[in-house]
Amino acid sequence: MPSISRRVGEALGHPVVPSPAAHPCSCGDNRPRPSGPRVLVWRKPSAVRPGKARHPRYPWPRLFFLLSILLFLSVPLRAAPEKHLAVYSTVANYSLPIVQRQGRDYIGLLELLEPLGTVSAKADGLHWRLRYNNILGEFTVDKTRARVQGRDADLSAKFLMENGRGLVPLASLNSLLPRFLSGPANLHEESDRLFIGNVATHFTASVAPDDPSHLVFQFTAPVNPSVATEPGKLHLTFNHEPLTAPASPTLTFASKTIPTAAYSEGNGAAEITVTTNVPLMAGFSNDGRTITLAPAKSLPAATVASKPAMPAPQNVQGAQSPPTPSSTPRRYFAIVDASHGGADRGEALSPTLAEKDVTLAFARHLRQELESRGITTLVLRDSDANLSLDDRAFFANTTHAAVYIALHAASSGHGVRIYTALLPYADATDDDRGPFRSWPTAQASSIPMSLVAASSVAEALKREEITVRTLTAPLRPLNNIVTAAIAVEVAPPASDVSALAAPDYQQLIAGAVANGIAAIRAQLAAVP
Amino acid sequence: MIPRHFFIALSILLATVLGMSIYVWHMRGRAAATPVPSVNSGPVVAPVAGNTERVTLFVAYDDIGILRAQAAQIPMPSVRQQRAEEVLRALIALYLDKSSPHPLPPGSDIRSVYLVDPGLAVIDVNAAFADGHRSGVLAEELTVASLIQTLSANIPGILKVKILVEGKQRETLAGHADLSNFFDVSAVNQLASQLQSIQ
Repeated sequence: MPSISRRVGEALGHPVVPSPAAHPCSCGDNRPRPSGPRVLVWRKPSAVRPGKARHPRYPWPRLFFLLSILLFLSVPLRAAPEKHLAVYSTVANYSLPIVQRQGRDYIGLLELLEPLGTVSAKADGLHWRLRYNNILGEFTVDKTRARVQGRDADLSAKFLMENGRGLVPLASLNSLLPRFLSGPANLHEESDRLFIGNVATHFTASVAPDDPSHLVFQFTAPVNPSVATEPGKLHLTFNHEPLTAPASPTLTFASKTIPTAAYSEGNGAAEITVTTNVPLMAGFSNDGRTITLAPAKSLPAATVASKPAMPAPQNVQGAQSPPTPSSTPRRYFAIVDASHGGADRGEALSPTLAEKDVTLAFARHLRQELESRGITTLVLRDSDANLSLDDRAFFANTTHAAVYIALHAASSGHGVRIYTALLPYADATDDDRGPFRSWPTAQASSIPMSLVAASSVAEALKREEITVRTLTAPLRPLNNIVTAAIAVEVAPPASDVSALAAPDYQQLIAGAVANGIAAIRAQLAAVP
Repeated sequence: MIPRHFFIALSILLATVLGMSIYVWHMRGRAAATPVPSVNSGPVVAPVAGNTERVTLFVAYDDIGILRAQAAQIPMPSVRQQRAEEVLRALIALYLDKSSPHPLPPGSDIRSVYLVDPGLAVIDVNAAFADGHRSGVLAEELTVASLIQTLSANIPGILKVKILVEGKQRETLAGHADLSNFFDVSAVNQLASQLQSIQ
């Protein structure tokens, strides 16, 4: 392996010669040289006499000096690779360097917001003011509290300023960014990935019905992963796509050729690792929305492009007519809201089980079930972040989805309870005015469709012999949603609360809820 | 040169300060070790005397998640506002009993009920009531429906109800039931009907 000094010399275009000081055995004698890496030292051309090596008079100080330089130069190479934050947004996908200060990860707030809108910052002593699209944020060095639009915002660690550059703790982005962006921001802190707005790309994976040796991935947006293989595995690495986890990180298939696939995230990228016992080839179709993995011999590249996408998922309620296209195409048909999150743990279902974790896992199961029925679904909270009730309603309303499903979990009772909004008291001042809806009673006109949705889901749950009850409840943000809105509270099937975290139980209920929604898809889609 | 008597006086003062410091430190440790009751659950108001009346309490049962109407005979004052407070306190007392079907945290109490015409009732519960309340949509809904249904059944003319905690607005009771808006009594009546039947 060439040494640092050799590389420096080559880079500068100077000749590189063995150093007698480093290699005393190279000066004319024929003794075998010691094995191991050779240390080469660059010298100025003028100091080199061709064909004649020169002994320095005092080699040790020089050797010490050179070793010090080598040591100094090798330190940065041995340091951990620089961390980057991958940012996904509707405007741009980009990455930013993460800096470590006081043992925590920090990010430059100005640099983070710059690609997203008009932003400026000004340092004034210990104060740092940032203006993003007319939203003013005020930060103070060494303080954990900032002000955004006149409202306090807590940071997870002290705000830092370096040469006029404002650094905020990475862990604070989940709570801080929505204040500036007026939209959701989900930080996957373990993998340094930040999702701004509704940009997540979801996927389903299933064995092709006509050939179990083919595995078909369906993505909600075009993807272009890098494909790498190793014996027994195929890796799809998504460096630029906002891919998010399926309900379960490990997927199993009824295929002897491709038994499992696993989803993982790290270093600002997502990866799907497919386990296989034959060499696989990946074929892209459907404008990059479908990837088909098949044994290498049976998937000529030419046929891949023309291969039709996987047949559309069958509607469980086969008699239902396809959804009526509305005047404005919906990006998401259903919004699934995993209640609680972050510091709001919800009910402590057991000493080790928090409601927020159950709702998140359940939401991911439900998304997979809905997507497998052809219902595009957005999970509002797809990480351990907290969203305010107003924010949840705001995002649900601005997405113009056909149905909103809030998920809760409870330790008391059995089975499932489905809630529609119990509207608050409305006096004359709460009336809708023109195109503006009264916020506390925004759900009023959608109550009939919410009741239809609740009834359909209850019927689907009963078919699975799950105890179900439908009620109204003073449960925000149901009353603030302008489309069909229900809340599903899942209780354990018996007295064992730990069953709430069991994937089988969640899958059973998620499947039934998805069936209930799929059964009235046409009715929901008909609502403008 | 410091005079001898001045030096002696200063030494005595310093010794006193040191002694007092040690004593205060010792007392502080003892005070910290003494348990302080979290909630003073003793009565602060004399019990209401006078004629007893038959009232209807809507009692929540957690085991099957329902409300049941239950008659009770309690002393009722003549003033409407005091009547509202007494009927709700009777309900809370039932929930604080050892054999309660819907346990509330120890120390839970109704601080006041304000009746504001036309048709507004404000129920002000104490912090112990909300801080220690069990979390869950149904658990919280049963409490809210029980309070409002009991109040409206015994105090006619109430159209809307606001629930405060320690005199202040709170977003939810324990993470679920919305307390930020006024409850529509007619809507809660319908909810109570749903909750009185096991589907």
